[in-house]
Amino acid sequence: MTCLPGRSERTLGLVIDLDTCVGCQACVTACKGWNDQGYGVPLSDQNPYGSTPSGTFLNRVHSYQVQPADAAPMIVNFPRSCLHCTDAPCVTVCPTGASYKRVEDGIVLVNEDACIGCGLCAWACPYGAREMDADAGVMKKCTLCVDRIYNENLPEEDREPACVRTCPTGARHFGDLADPQSAVSQLVAARGGYDLMPEQGTRPVNKYLAPRKKDRPDKASLLAPLLDIQATGFAGWLDRVLGKI
Amino acid sequence: MNPAPSVIIFTVLSGMGFGYLALLATVHDYSGIAAFWHWFVGYALASIGLAASAFHLGNPQRAWRAFTQWRSSWLSREAWGAVLTLLALAPVALSDWLHLGLPGTFGWLGAGLAVVTIAATGMLYAQIRAVPRWHHWTVPVLFLAFGAAGGCLLAGLRMPSLLALLVLGGMMALHWRVGDGAFARAGSTLGTATGLGGRGQLSVFEPAHTAGSYLLHEMIFVVGRRHVPKLRALALFLSVVLPFLAMLLLPGRYGPYVAVPLHLLGAFAQRWLFFAQAEHVVGLYYGKR
Repeated sequence: MTCLPGRSERTLGLVIDLDTCVGCQACVTACKGWNDQGYGVPLSDQNPYGSTPSGTFLNRVHSYQVQPADAAPMIVNFPRSCLHCTDAPCVTVCPTGASYKRVEDGIVLVNEDACIGCGLCAWACPYGAREMDADAGVMKKCTLCVDRIYNENLPEEDREPACVRTCPTGARHFGDLADPQSAVSQLVAARGGYDLMPEQGTRPVNKYLAPRKKDRPDKASLLAPLLDIQATGFAGWLDRVLGKI
Repeated sequence: MNPAPSVIIFTVLSGMGFGYLALLATVHDYSGIAAFWHWFVGYALASIGLAASAFHLGNPQRAWRAFTQWRSSWLSREAWGAVLTLLALAPVALSDWLHLGLPGTFGWLGAGLAVVTIAATGMLYAQIRAVPRWHHWTVPVLFLAFGAAGGCLLAGLRMPSLLALLVLGGMMALHWRVGDGAFARAGSTLGTATGLGGRGQLSVFEPAHTAGSYLLHEMIFVVGRRHVPKLRALALFLSVVLPFLAMLLLPGRYGPYVAVPLHLLGAFAQRWLFFAQAEHVVGLYYGKR
């Protein structure tokens, strides 16, 4: 049944630091690369080299401009993917049981063999985390790289989601958000990690960290002392005389 | 939301069909070959609608799986309701046609299932919180009003038709009125969607992708909203006002012949608008609604 598990023992998820994300799109590429060959059908592209290319992606990076009232505008890069919500609306709407949330680690997955491609789960998700694969007609979504994180054939440092592994600035963190002692939980506590669209009542597992306050330069220039040039010798005498006339 | 023809045909025809079947099973009293044709029309509308819904699926060959999750999913409940209604009413239809004299209780049972099915179709949309315009009790009630009006018109019941059309007109207007402020009331903005709300004026700097995507196509349908007032007037006139006048003024049996096609056209216009005008909160991330 596509009822939600009452409580999962661990809740694996991501913590995304908007302060350090530089918007390089490496996580988008790494995600697409890994999920082309791993869990389920590959992420297809339509007309990839033509005039109207499109394709399935599980992770997209947006860019927003923030214009504070009293400071310079700021660009915030914003990766968007499945938040593996505790009250995932995409799971309960599924008529076939293809969409489910795992009891053992809270990952929201799609059993593609049972998916009829009705698209109702994508409608139910406020975050646009699900995309229907146009070739296979089944719903694709972030698997939290379930085929990497438990994969004992991989070296230990690779047992994390592809997006986290590839991020060159360390803006993405992976871990157990139910364990208050875990590194990600500590990070969320220290930086005030928050939920996206809390008013939608989805209780996301993934947390976002806001950009830190930037240093502001003093009003006076650092070069001010150097700009006060005192002439000496003849030029100094001339300066004094001309100043008195 | 993308107004896909398959879902528009599905909701309009199956709603009208189940409404008509419910009336045939209860208040109407045809017999013999006349009964056969009336039941045929009801079954045809409901079945064509249900068949159209299959065209919306990426993998229709697995559609049987949609019957498994009735405990949590409205789509599953809708599927069960539709099949049970069609099965439960089959003996009633045969009894009318072949004079078998089945007790009326069977008809009432089937009619009840038909009503549940129409309500479940409405709940498919009303359950989705991410589309604030839909997330309201007026949606299933509007679908039921459409079923009642369409059924009464097809059955040629004059007074019930006039009443049902009045209720339908009122519900349509209420649904539009409530829906117009729904997005603002839901409280989702680019600020809550990104969590950057309190930091200043927030705007989209660059899109996440320059090409199209499933999200843009399916949930960020912005075409055609310009003509909303005209389409609303068209929907209201065709589905309610003109059929009302036709049933009121035209003599005897001619009313339905004029009213039903007009009502159907109006229902299609209303349903197109129902999808085209519904805004999904994911549009906020793209700066589009």
